[in-house]
Amino acid sequence: MNDHSKPARTVPRFSATFDPYTLSEIRRAAETGIYDIRGGGAKRRVPHFDDLLFLGASISRYPLEGYRERCGTDVVLGARHAKKPITLKIPVTIAGMSFGSLSAQAKEALGRGASAMGTSTTTGDGGMTEEERGHSSILVYQYLPSRYGMNPDDLRRADAIEVVVGQGAKPGGGGMLLGQKISARVAAMRTLPEGIDQRSACRHPDWTGPDDLAIKIEELREITDWEKPIYVKVGASRPYYDTALAVKSGADVVVLDGMQGGTAATQEVFIEHVGIPTLAAIRPAVKALQDLGMHRKVQLIVSGGIRNGADVAKALALGADAVSIGTAALVALGDNDPMYEEEYQALGTTAGAYDDWHEGKDPAGITTQDPHLAARLDPLLAGRRLANFLAVMTLECQTIARAAGKSHVHNLEPEDLVALTVEAAAMAGVPLAGTSWIPGQGGF
Amino acid sequence: MTDTLSMETVDLAAVSLRDLNAGLHAMKGRSGHVRVLNPRGAHSLAAGLDADLTVEVDGDVGYYCAGMNKRARVLVRGSAGPGLAENMMSGLVHVTGDASQAAGATGCGGLLVVDGNTSARCGISMKGIDIVVKGSIGPMSAFMAQAGSLVVFGDTGDALGDSIYEAKLFVRGTPKSLGADCVEKPMEDHHRAALFALLEKAGAAHAVDVGSFRRYGSARTLYHFHVDNASAY
Repeated sequence: MNDHSKPARTVPRFSATFDPYTLSEIRRAAETGIYDIRGGGAKRRVPHFDDLLFLGASISRYPLEGYRERCGTDVVLGARHAKKPITLKIPVTIAGMSFGSLSAQAKEALGRGASAMGTSTTTGDGGMTEEERGHSSILVYQYLPSRYGMNPDDLRRADAIEVVVGQGAKPGGGGMLLGQKISARVAAMRTLPEGIDQRSACRHPDWTGPDDLAIKIEELREITDWEKPIYVKVGASRPYYDTALAVKSGADVVVLDGMQGGTAATQEVFIEHVGIPTLAAIRPAVKALQDLGMHRKVQLIVSGGIRNGADVAKALALGADAVSIGTAALVALGDNDPMYEEEYQALGTTAGAYDDWHEGKDPAGITTQDPHLAARLDPLLAGRRLANFLAVMTLECQTIARAAGKSHVHNLEPEDLVALTVEAAAMAGVPLAGTSWIPGQGGF
Repeated sequence: MTDTLSMETVDLAAVSLRDLNAGLHAMKGRSGHVRVLNPRGAHSLAAGLDADLTVEVDGDVGYYCAGMNKRARVLVRGSAGPGLAENMMSGLVHVTGDASQAAGATGCGGLLVVDGNTSARCGISMKGIDIVVKGSIGPMSAFMAQAGSLVVFGDTGDALGDSIYEAKLFVRGTPKSLGADCVEKPMEDHHRAALFALLEKAGAAHAVDVGSFRRYGSARTLYHFHVDNASAY
């Protein structure tokens, strides 16, 4: 029965523009006077691989038998110029993450898991540790603007070199590792005072532009006697031109990182508002390679929001040669695990949303330099979990490829895909499901 | 190439840069003395050396000469392009002419001597290298310089030592301006002694009076990010 003694009222209505998160950020900014810094990649909803579907085989295409017919997953990287190209058993690699941003145990676990599956790991801003070299059968050594820890001995004992121009979370931005994570060991590796806030430059100190980059790559090849594959990593912003210029500069491999790709610490406004989604970046990069006659000769590795074998298959179908995972790998190790919910609550967050990686208080012992927290992560167990996750991703990718009739995951192609939304159709260059319409390319 | 101390001459008009560098790399663990003719601005000349070598280059060199050098002594009788001795670990690199941008960039050790001038970003992100420039240097030099010493007989361009960490800067002339968090510091006896010792290593101890230098370094006010310093970033 209605209570007619009170006037009828509408329920409280929040603004779509000024939603509760936005309001809380305004209050936080007003209180502190400084922008918000966090780890991870873009959290906003953007067109992504979920907006694509595979068609699968039908009368016009034959599928492969799921458990009996071979579907290859190997990838060769760097055969363009390097004397010693890399062969991966699976098309999923581990993205660059530094010792410093991650604990030594986490780096070891990444190496163990990747090596068990025959794929590579990547160093980060801060140099190469014995743990990751010792436990990574294939290790990619990042060459970053800061050059922290850079030396020719590590350059030569790496299996590949990745010249980092940018990353998806912050194309055009440098880095920052707050003092809480600059332990004595991290400080020594970076030649910095212990406990200070460490800044990383956004530009390389000794080259500017593609003409210089070509000479820089040649220097790295000379120093390593032309043995190592050389990657160039760019944050997704102008993928057509960046890919073309990387190829022109002599890269063996282009690594393209979309805005969902994670970072150890960057301003929230940078993560959410600079760069483009992974989905939007792949086709322009592939087009650049095709226009130069370099598709499949210079390999394309795509990263940023890869979570499962379906994402892998979709990235490959759009023209990538391999993918890289960072955030998903950390989750596989144990990041944001609900078993630490009480501790996440104590930090003012909840399992699944924890992103203050820069503070070094990670209950899971992954994004920290606190020895007590880091000791919580068992590198053997965490490495096994990562290997399991990589195995599942690979099996899932093979499952889809076989359903599309492909004997190798690299045989997946855009024609195997349709899109669920107009935006995804336009970005991926595939038809809207149930139509032959590719926005911007005619049809209906 | 031989593993003796006898001088060997390599003419880059007849031998490829790749063959020269490969030969120099093959000298690891041995000693030797190599003279290079007709460099004609070649890039990456003598890059990646790791041996008790003396390499004399007769002429101008391009980018990244002696990049990442370890232990070797490289003498360039001419001028050098950008990135001279970048990321040097140890050894000595000496250029008798001028050097372009980013000389000694990110160097971790060793000694770089430039008899002439250098362009912008000399000693950028230096991490332990010692650099002696007998002329003047360009703007943004010693940007984010972490460790080591930069000695300049002449003047410097704008923004010397911007965002500097713990590197030591000694300038005899006049900095056009100092970068964020870079300040002049007292020049005391032990600083003069250290500077004299460095100049002795560079063979220039008696060319100048160490008492005529002024010292610059970090005020350390930007070591911890704080909103009150936002205008400095």
